[in-house]
Amino acid sequence: MSDTLILTRRWGEKDSHTLASYRAAGGYAALDKALGMAPSAIVDEVKASNLRGRGGAGFACGLKWTFLPKDIRPRYLTVNADESEPGTFKDRYIIEHDPHMLLDGIAITCFANDIHTAYVYIRGEFKRQAEVLEVAIAEAYQAGILGPRLLGKVDFPLDIFVHRGAGAYICGEESALLESLEGKKGYPRLKPPFPAVVGLYGKPTIINNVETIANIPWIVQHGGAAFAALGVGKSGGTRLFCVSGHVNRPGVYEKPVHYNLKTLIMEDCGGIVGGRAVKAVIPGGSSAPVLAADEIDVSMEFDALKAAGTMAGSGGVIVMDDSTCMVRALSRIAKFYADESCGQCTPCREGTPWMEGMLERIEHGHAVRGDVDKLVQVANSIGGQTICALGDAAAMPVQSFVKKFRAEFDRHVEERRCPFGDHAWGKTQETREAIIGGVRV
Amino acid sequence: MSNREPGSPGARSDLPAEGVRRFDAELSPVLRRYPEDRKASAMIPALRIGEHVFGHLSPAVMALAADRLGVSPARAQEVATFYVMFNTQPVGRHVVEICTNVSCCLTGADRIFHALKQKLGVENGGTTRDGRITLREVECLGSCGTAPAMLVDEDMEERLTMDKVERIVGALK
Repeated sequence: MSDTLILTRRWGEKDSHTLASYRAAGGYAALDKALGMAPSAIVDEVKASNLRGRGGAGFACGLKWTFLPKDIRPRYLTVNADESEPGTFKDRYIIEHDPHMLLDGIAITCFANDIHTAYVYIRGEFKRQAEVLEVAIAEAYQAGILGPRLLGKVDFPLDIFVHRGAGAYICGEESALLESLEGKKGYPRLKPPFPAVVGLYGKPTIINNVETIANIPWIVQHGGAAFAALGVGKSGGTRLFCVSGHVNRPGVYEKPVHYNLKTLIMEDCGGIVGGRAVKAVIPGGSSAPVLAADEIDVSMEFDALKAAGTMAGSGGVIVMDDSTCMVRALSRIAKFYADESCGQCTPCREGTPWMEGMLERIEHGHAVRGDVDKLVQVANSIGGQTICALGDAAAMPVQSFVKKFRAEFDRHVEERRCPFGDHAWGKTQETREAIIGGVRV
Repeated sequence: MSNREPGSPGARSDLPAEGVRRFDAELSPVLRRYPEDRKASAMIPALRIGEHVFGHLSPAVMALAADRLGVSPARAQEVATFYVMFNTQPVGRHVVEICTNVSCCLTGADRIFHALKQKLGVENGGTTRDGRITLREVECLGSCGTAPAMLVDEDMEERLTMDKVERIVGALK
């Protein structure tokens, strides 16, 4: 398996976030190369790369670009830096360590798709990252890379703006993001029409995740085939896997997209704290169905995890050891979705607090016989019944935790208490050194 | 989209003139980021500026933002109450927000949050009697590898221990 690094190769270098540093490492050469190519040839390379969206859905990036109607202008690019799926912490480090790589990718994407305005929608909590990005954009304007002439040599005006949100998980959903960017509350839109056809201000709009766009310069420089060769099947490239929870070395690891989950946890992350055993792993952000310990010897590629009954999602791997209470963990996840439901669709608005309440009752020994079944029934009534995927995201953890750890739920009900007592979050709750793309923090 | 002109009834308020001048001065460069006929896109930045200038988003501040963006005050209120980072009520001089989502709790956030509530003598969302600190439990901050994490006046603090939290919170004036 290749150990090529695309996204993290400069992380930890001094001043890696500056234009001077990016330029010294050959930065914006990809944009220079792209400007000499036919826009359609760039799109073809991205299609050939098998780059799939790194935000959660894993949709083929090049294919998404071809959905733009041919004859409608203006078109917009919005880069999704909302990064709010619990367990996910990668896009922030791309911005912190190498913001010009992202701008390089944005510029190439815009040139390839005849787009002259791009917005980076960054979550409100990333104040510092928004500032880093603003400085990088100002540097790029000053150097004549952005503005009326792309890279100072081609008559292709391009403006990039940062739009900082104000705290709402739902705004990571692409159509809610557009509503928010238009100055409204983040209510997801009914699809179709998809944003590629009717997006920002009713115009055709491409929405890609930060990590997705950050791969574009490498693809242009090395070719789509080389990127595809790093992965497997219909998934090309490397991926940033975010590992958190009860591992010895949590952090961000850049690995081929089909890297083995167990190897990541037991070798790269040094195994479980205190030498304990794995109990459960959420492989792709808190929305992804949980895997039991005997299910983690699996490729993390999108289709492989789908076949394993879960999803690669946003690459957020949450590891829980054998001393963790599954009811406590699920109860907290349910609280998150109840807090973050936007309130537009009845099944989600009403169902998520109901699930949260039932799980609290089970955890604290106040449940009655039949509650666990009722919990699953409520989850089943939300999934597939809402405008956006948050409904499914709230249902899938409940369905999978109960299915895989049913005995633990029943034990809470029968004993009328949490068998884990004061240690429901595990016996080794402590912070520890992390490895972020090779950098110790 | 509504077509209200600046100076419409929604803009009348008791806000101090100096504050309104600062608000307008800070908003002006932000408006250039959006198409001229899409000023309402600046609602989140406008409310953020309003909160920064006036302390919290009172109805008058929301009305001011709505007026400058040419939309109804209800639109501003809708946005101000939808996003959790906006304060429509006065808060303490400092806001401490601790993540208690799964990755943070697996590394001790639950205990830290409970200890901090006791130490400050407040419940979730409460403000200390001296008006120094408002304490809140928040959702995932994107610091799961460096958990537990919290925001102090929107600045991220990571790899928290009880000692570290006490040091940081104790230094707030």
